[in-house]
Amino acid sequence: MASDKVGSPGLSEQPRNPGRRRAIDWLLGSWFVGVCGAVVYPVTRYLVPPEITEAPTLSVKAGTASTLAPNTARLVPFGQTPAIVVRLKTGELRAFSGTCTHLSCTVQFRPDLEHIWCACHNGHYDLTGRNIAGPPPRPLDAYEANVQDDEIVISRRT
Amino acid sequence: MAGLRTWLAERLPLDAVAAAIAHKTVPQHRHSFWYYLGGMTLFFFGVQVATGILLLLYYRPSAGEAYDSVQFIMTRVPFGWLIRSIHSWSANLMVGAAFIHLFSVLYLKAYRKPRELTWISGMLLLFITMAFGFTGYLLPWNELAYFATRVGTDIPGAIPLIGDPLVTFLRGGPQVTGATLTRFYGIHVAVLPAITTVLLGLHLVLVQYHGMSVPPSVDAEAARAGRPTPVMPFVPHFALRDLFGWTVALALLAGLSAYLPWELGTKADLFAAAPAGIQPEWYFLWTFQALKVVPGHVFGIEGELVAIGALSIGAIGIVLLPFLDPNTARARTVVNWLASVAVVFMVAMTLWALMGGVQ
Repeated sequence: MASDKVGSPGLSEQPRNPGRRRAIDWLLGSWFVGVCGAVVYPVTRYLVPPEITEAPTLSVKAGTASTLAPNTARLVPFGQTPAIVVRLKTGELRAFSGTCTHLSCTVQFRPDLEHIWCACHNGHYDLTGRNIAGPPPRPLDAYEANVQDDEIVISRRT
Repeated sequence: MAGLRTWLAERLPLDAVAAAIAHKTVPQHRHSFWYYLGGMTLFFFGVQVATGILLLLYYRPSAGEAYDSVQFIMTRVPFGWLIRSIHSWSANLMVGAAFIHLFSVLYLKAYRKPRELTWISGMLLLFITMAFGFTGYLLPWNELAYFATRVGTDIPGAIPLIGDPLVTFLRGGPQVTGATLTRFYGIHVAVLPAITTVLLGLHLVLVQYHGMSVPPSVDAEAARAGRPTPVMPFVPHFALRDLFGWTVALALLAGLSAYLPWELGTKADLFAAAPAGIQPEWYFLWTFQALKVVPGHVFGIEGELVAIGALSIGAIGIVLLPFLDPNTARARTVVNWLASVAVVFMVAMTLWALMGGVQ
């Protein structure tokens, strides 16, 4: 290859000014890193969804009290998540977050077991929301359940 | 015609490619059957690409329209039921073929030097395939898919520190909503296909470059007998056998889709309870059952974290297998035993889940 270059002075690999070539390489390299950063940063930020700030749900209406028979329950939206309101055999109303503490499925009331159950991975909660069997690691969050003019109102405990 | 061939040969390495094809051979021995599984997986992938593109023409990726658009495909679009059923069945058969391919390569020790990168690219392709399955499952926006996605995207939440941001990233928000659906759609039809193109290209180039691996036992027999292992020319003999297998697979897909069309289920309701008997796709069943039987806390650590930790260690171990196996006869026996334990565990957990698991 070296012999090819004899007589072709236009193809010398040696720059006339090595210092200047190095400086330009360094500038181009920095330029490229900068451009990469200018692309990567907005793309990374774009991938993370923006937080939508909503007023935290403090209380919701959960339907009429007289239509909720003893030993049954009702699922209602509580903001973005479900809540479960249970009428005990004694007639007492209790409300909990409807999201299972294991892997966030929505729980249901099992009249045959007389407690709360999650179908996804067989998690069981008693009627105080305590995790009593299966994989759930924590109790369900408990809400206040009150009745105002036959309307059930569930609210976050303060 | 000859002129065109000359013109192309001056511009493309036609002769080199033709010579390579003519010289390509496949070893012939009692385990040769397993060489067809990779090609079979590739065939199902091709079916997925073709039917996936067809589904894109009518599918609408939003929480309000997704379910109705799939229903429209299945009830109104001519042969829509067939295209969608083939896409679903082929997805399942592709995962099945990929798993059989994985274990046959493992038992035949085809991951040994110099095929480590083929093995790693193959394992990554398997993970990508499962990601395709997981993201595609949500797209019809039905009840089963909705809860499977709630559970599946909640699992990384157990990872310390990065868990919660990761869940938000996967879901496109704190909950599984229409934002998750659009995100999964983008991942399913653009991100994963792009990654697959690169990995699959690498995997296939490496398979061509190294040729088919001959199992150590076959090599030893050939050495004892003092003659080389016989080979079969790839073109036309092996290629025709491959093609025959693919037509059988196509007939199987058509039969399954016609007689057992894929169900759509009921539309997802974000505030309904998870239905009793809910289960993920069969290839996630063993993981599902493991998550179900691990108690809330194991030695004071959250059970979920223990299960995920064990699965992650297993996954990393199998990816790095070529580097962990010192390639001795003893190590081969150990690998065979470990693989068999893994297979028995996965099959047993799957059967347990199918029989209803713990209720």
